[in-house]
Amino acid sequence: MSSETQHTDHHDHAEHETMTRKKIWQVFFILLGITVVEFIVALVLVPKGILPLSFANPIYIGLTIWKAFWIVAYFMHLKFEKPGLMYSLGIPVIFIVGLILVLTNESHHWVDLRL
Amino acid sequence: MSTTAVTSPIDEVKTTPWSGGRSPFSVEYGKMMMWFFLLSDAFTFSSLLIAYGALRFSSSSWPAADLVFQSVPGMIEHGAPLVFVGIMTFILIMSSVTMVLGVEAGHRGARKEVSMWLILTIIGGFMFLGCQALEWTHLHEEGFWWSRIPDAHALREVFREGEPVSTTYAHQFANLFFTITGFHGFHVFSGVIINIIILVNVLAGTYDRRGSYLMVEKVGLYWHFVDLVWVFVFTFFYLV
Repeated sequence: MSSETQHTDHHDHAEHETMTRKKIWQVFFILLGITVVEFIVALVLVPKGILPLSFANPIYIGLTIWKAFWIVAYFMHLKFEKPGLMYSLGIPVIFIVGLILVLTNESHHWVDLRL
Repeated sequence: MSTTAVTSPIDEVKTTPWSGGRSPFSVEYGKMMMWFFLLSDAFTFSSLLIAYGALRFSSSSWPAADLVFQSVPGMIEHGAPLVFVGIMTFILIMSSVTMVLGVEAGHRGARKEVSMWLILTIIGGFMFLGCQALEWTHLHEEGFWWSRIPDAHALREVFREGEPVSTTYAHQFANLFFTITGFHGFHVFSGVIINIIILVNVLAGTYDRRGSYLMVEKVGLYWHFVDLVWVFVFTFFYLV
């Protein structure tokens, strides 16, 4: 119980720090930078054969999730909310991961069906 | 249950966030509901995108993004892969920034600044919708539409060299592309309409009278979510 109170107190503190204009532009340039990297991979590295497509795709997905993190944490302000709200919104994302696993597995069988 | 002067532990008033009497999340009701609506919307979009992924993953060939999307409508007909969608992505990220600047101005209660940032956000939204309309028109002219694909000769152009040309997979591509970008575009459209309503309220001084610009923050959440979905649509339709 007391540990929970401490935790909340600590967060009450963190709540006061919010998005400043400087931070907003910082996040914007991070998002822009990540997008530029994606374009470099798609338009330069892959066509020139420096990077095979099998490597490029995980890079795209990784960078996309990284971008999503910056948008949700800073633009949508979730980083500054109570941990309870963060968990109630974050944990259900497991269902999305579950659907990805199920349908990836399923699509393996569709390959055989389509022959 | 640390220190207390009350003799019986039953009489003790608990003050933890979950003991009742106040919101444990310290979030206004409407803002929390917006968050949970967005979570459910995230499920809808992931279902669409994961279905797209599964269909594409199990197919032996697929129209290549840099061959389908290589024009800037009205300017470059061929040979500019991903340029136009790059512009669209930039517009949407930019409008997300103006929105968050509007929210920041709202925290300071600066009505003029909030309305200026909201106007810029709305302009960004309309620009994105305009670009999407051009993109759709271009693809429609190429012969793609819901359950409609170009003729055999033109279809050869959108498949990579050495990959079998498949009318089935071209059909799937067309249906998924228009459904998913259409559903996203509809979200952008609703977002623009909601932003306009909020702008009217800001200009009318509704939030000054209310003493809080929380509504701007709530529609801001929706607007950022639209941007977030585009990040994924962009990756899975244009890059992968």
